[in-house]
Amino acid sequence: MRILAIDTSTHVMGIALAEDDKLLAEYTTNFKKNHSLRLMPAINQMLTELEIDPKQLDAIAVAKGPGSYTGVRIGVTTAKTMAWSLGIPVYGISSLQMLARNGRNFQGLICPFMDARRDRIYTGLYTFDGTYLKTEEKDQIILLEDWLSIVKEKEKPVLFLSQEWNKHKGMIHDTLGDQVRTGDFSMNQPHPESLLALAYEQEQAQPAHSIVPEYAQMAEAEKKWLASKEGRGYE
Amino acid sequence: MTIKTDIKDNEIILAIETSCDETAAAVIQGGNQVLSNVIASQIQSHKRFGGVVPEIASRHHTESITGILEEAMTKADVSFSDLDAVAVTEGPGLVGALLVGVNAAKAIAFSHQLPLLPVHHIAGHIQAARLEREWDYPALALVVSGGHTELVILQADGEYEVIGQTRDDAAGEAYDKVARTLGLPYPGGPQVDKLAAEGTPDVKLPIAWLEPDSYDFSFSGLKSAVINTLHNAEQRGEVIPPENVAASFQQSVIEVLTEKTKRAAEQYQVKQVVLAGGVAANQGLRHAMENMFASSSVELTIPPFSFCTDNAAMIGAAAHVQWKKNITADWDLNGVPDLTLY
Repeated sequence: MRILAIDTSTHVMGIALAEDDKLLAEYTTNFKKNHSLRLMPAINQMLTELEIDPKQLDAIAVAKGPGSYTGVRIGVTTAKTMAWSLGIPVYGISSLQMLARNGRNFQGLICPFMDARRDRIYTGLYTFDGTYLKTEEKDQIILLEDWLSIVKEKEKPVLFLSQEWNKHKGMIHDTLGDQVRTGDFSMNQPHPESLLALAYEQEQAQPAHSIVPEYAQMAEAEKKWLASKEGRGYE
Repeated sequence: MTIKTDIKDNEIILAIETSCDETAAAVIQGGNQVLSNVIASQIQSHKRFGGVVPEIASRHHTESITGILEEAMTKADVSFSDLDAVAVTEGPGLVGALLVGVNAAKAIAFSHQLPLLPVHHIAGHIQAARLEREWDYPALALVVSGGHTELVILQADGEYEVIGQTRDDAAGEAYDKVARTLGLPYPGGPQVDKLAAEGTPDVKLPIAWLEPDSYDFSFSGLKSAVINTLHNAEQRGEVIPPENVAASFQQSVIEVLTEKTKRAAEQYQVKQVVLAGGVAANQGLRHAMENMFASSSVELTIPPFSFCTDNAAMIGAAAHVQWKKNITADWDLNGVPDLTLY
């Protein structure tokens, strides 16, 4: 069983390839440069070095968001189109769960988050039961302030994992005090091999057509349209 | 790319177009046989916003792309091993929308190790003519759409020289804005055309001829004149019949388009004139062009409606030219929103 993993949902671009229980290759960059341009050359180089023909792939795992709208679309479009054309299934995996996996073995709550602008974050809460990651609070977009009061009520240590940790650490420390645990730079960065591990845990992959990005929110124009339709103000 | 293109004439190309609000795929053989042509229009979704919302367009493309591709392959009754190449609109267009098509095209081409053919959207509109008949060079194309108004000279296969273009609004853009001013539903262009047919062109509106030797266009003055005329009438408590406004606006647009096309056709002594782009579906413009060239030796080609609005069959037709010239893209192909015609 060969699975190709693709993540382009943030500034991090990661691809990895596993054969059964062996990680054959992993490639990650973490800088703001065009994923649309760089993804396929990276996949090509990896498969060429491994001497694996695309037709020898058995499934594709992809980070389906939330994250950068455009970034998520590049990964999901590439994954679902490759999978459809090769007649193989797709494992669509939450970009937050992928990041949460960096905190496995932590005995408490794991909180991956991404900045969503205007004081909001994309986040969710996970726990690790010794074997699997479990969802404690589902992925969502929420005001950081509101989220922290939810987390505070849990009265448990929380491991925060994020590329934007430094931007929000002040408010998090101020609100949660000694509940806060942090990771190092590697734990704050999503790793494509996590997609492979999480794909192996999923019982069923999806048919390629049915994979869609998880944006966690409507497009701005749609929110405004709904607000005006319901005769209420917008934000 | 190391994939060797085996150049033959009867090649089968899977073509993809996602530059704006249509998710489209087609299978074209030999540059002119349409084995399938599938389009998922997003008009119903964008209607509520009164125009195309880029983020919404990109979302729809991502959701429907593989379904549309499968339908195109199934209708054409071809499998991946039958394909010789994959073609895609590289630009111009909405960047987020282009990216979906480009990444889908790369995914198929890579998975099946097929050559990837990049296509310019306007070259696509122009090459829609290939689906009707062979080219007779030199030729002239008038491309009129929501985003473009261009006069293009073709001396040979795939050699495009833009001799004139709009300096402000595209003709189709002016149509949409006038439609909105008249309170017509989205998309407004066809509505103005329909309304114009019922009216008399008795409202005085300007025509921007620009410099005597220029093939450029300008429609923003005309658009503003329509808005001002309606506004002033309203101030005076008068009502100008909207059908007369539409007819007058349409006449101004058509006059400048057809006159400049005729002048260019004479100067460059072309054998063929092609009317292309979404606005080529405009009845008023079609009739005016037909009248203009009725008694001339110039062959006028107007592709059928379905090949004038955005579609992937035209991308496959244009890709045939790329195929013949062995112009392929590498895996780093990207969507280019402001791509110049090549």
